[in-house]
Amino acid sequence: MNAKELEAFSTTLRKEILICINGAKSGHPGGSLSSIDILNTLYFGNVLNVDPKNPHDENRDRFVLSKGHAAPALYTCLAYKGFFDKDLLCTLRKLGSPLQGHPDSKKLAGIEASTGSLGHGISIAVGMALALKLKKSPSNVYCLVGDGEMQEGLVYEALMCASHYHLDNLCVILDFNGLQIDGKISDVMDIRPVREKFEAFGFLTHEVDGHNYEQLLNIFEDFKSAKKLKPFAVIAHTVKGKGVSFMENKYEYHGKPPTDEELNKALSELGA
Amino acid sequence: MEYKANREAYGKALVELGANKNIVVLDADLSSSTKSIDFKKAYPERFFNIGIAELNMVDIAAGFALEGFKVFASSFAVFITGRAFEAVRQSICYQNLDVVLCGSHAGISVGEDGGSHQAVCDISLMRSLPNMQVIVPADYNETYKAVIALSKHKGPFYLRTSREKSLNFTTHDFEIGRAYILKEGSDACIFACGIVVDLALKASLELEKENIKVAVVDVSTIKPLDADTVRLCAKNSKLIFTLEEHSIIGGLGSAISEFLSENLPKNVVRLGINDTFGQSGTSADLFCEYGFTVNNIISNIKKSLKND
Repeated sequence: MNAKELEAFSTTLRKEILICINGAKSGHPGGSLSSIDILNTLYFGNVLNVDPKNPHDENRDRFVLSKGHAAPALYTCLAYKGFFDKDLLCTLRKLGSPLQGHPDSKKLAGIEASTGSLGHGISIAVGMALALKLKKSPSNVYCLVGDGEMQEGLVYEALMCASHYHLDNLCVILDFNGLQIDGKISDVMDIRPVREKFEAFGFLTHEVDGHNYEQLLNIFEDFKSAKKLKPFAVIAHTVKGKGVSFMENKYEYHGKPPTDEELNKALSELGA
Repeated sequence: MEYKANREAYGKALVELGANKNIVVLDADLSSSTKSIDFKKAYPERFFNIGIAELNMVDIAAGFALEGFKVFASSFAVFITGRAFEAVRQSICYQNLDVVLCGSHAGISVGEDGGSHQAVCDISLMRSLPNMQVIVPADYNETYKAVIALSKHKGPFYLRTSREKSLNFTTHDFEIGRAYILKEGSDACIFACGIVVDLALKASLELEKENIKVAVVDVSTIKPLDADTVRLCAKNSKLIFTLEEHSIIGGLGSAISEFLSENLPKNVVRLGINDTFGQSGTSADLFCEYGFTVNNIISNIKKSLKND
């Protein structure tokens, strides 16, 4: 899909996210909505080389959702991509469902790594990128990190290692929406300066509007052609709860599911 | 018989396995201590030093394992099980990955480095994790065979080795999940693991002179526990002892107690570190201070026999 098509399609994904979190009566709408345009670009903008019919294809690209609580965004993309039946989406967080509250690689094809406890996903992604280098594989590893997650010290151990081993097959994307459960990131524990941090760790670092499909498509093209023996970082400036007026920039919706009433309001806002 | 540090066997066995291109070895700046350096020298392209970042190392191990590699990652026992616990739980065990975590310098026999570096809760931490299998070999020979065996088995393993030289005395093969009866005896049975198995054996030989017959079992696999051997030995002995260079909470003593309480209720006397941290000193002095001596084992057995 091109930028326009992706933008139109994002409405479908947003609705699906809200419906399944509402159905689960728990989950994380705020960060799912802030990151869905990034995921949409990766899965439907011809960025990730993945084939739902052959989910373990050796030459596929890997995607690791380090901010595992945005699982509804990932599940929605995987379902629409064809990794599993869309009917499964309504089983989110329910007993016996492969759609665990946080991604579980053992339960669902298309999930490359189990995540949820913050900081580990990016470190696993570094391990994968290192392993792919050892295998002389052309595949890339994409990893989405949350901004609150940047408070975990492990993230910096991972960044250091990515640079040390010249992992130019690794693209780290930061969902920078500025909010976390307890409030503004700048109030809870400021992570700024962010760009300088990535640069200091040796990353080729770029900033984009994380809801602008032209910019997102371009930056991933840049990553694919960069390959300068340096890892690549995309700081995506986003809006928590993006697309739903009463959720936007509200940290209260980090982990609060929409009520039935809120869901109806959100769906009508997003349009038919 | 000679004295050899069983960590030396870890390095040697890794080199033996190295021709298999599917094996990668990671360390966190302690390769010369854990002996993974031997592999580094032989196969530098498949050795990765992650620096002083044990948590990161274990997650990177998970990344390699997800890409199909068999991973051996090592550091001091205290760091790889403690510092890196979250990665062991979330990334290795939760995903049931083929990673062997080798914790060297376990227990108080680390010696002079002191309590900050002495792992006395590592078995406890690892044993409680679903999917984790826990191996504590008695000596060099058993460690070597264990590493070879682990390379052929799936799933997460914790392998515990020691800094100090110890008697290299075992001759049995190594099979995961099997406990080895080193000596039979009906008055008492000592279930032991690690480099203190040798002490149990020596105590048993001493007691034999006084016609006290003490069985000694090398429980080198603490999880999964060899139920048949434990049941058999416990049934045949009046008194049950456990001996480990680890806290009496959560390690081998707990594993045996839990099993027997549900299957063959019997009193179990746990010999080990009594819910305390270690301290600096020579390994020999520390073993005396914390009761890891042949005499202390003997007096405990005699005391229990008297009270029986």
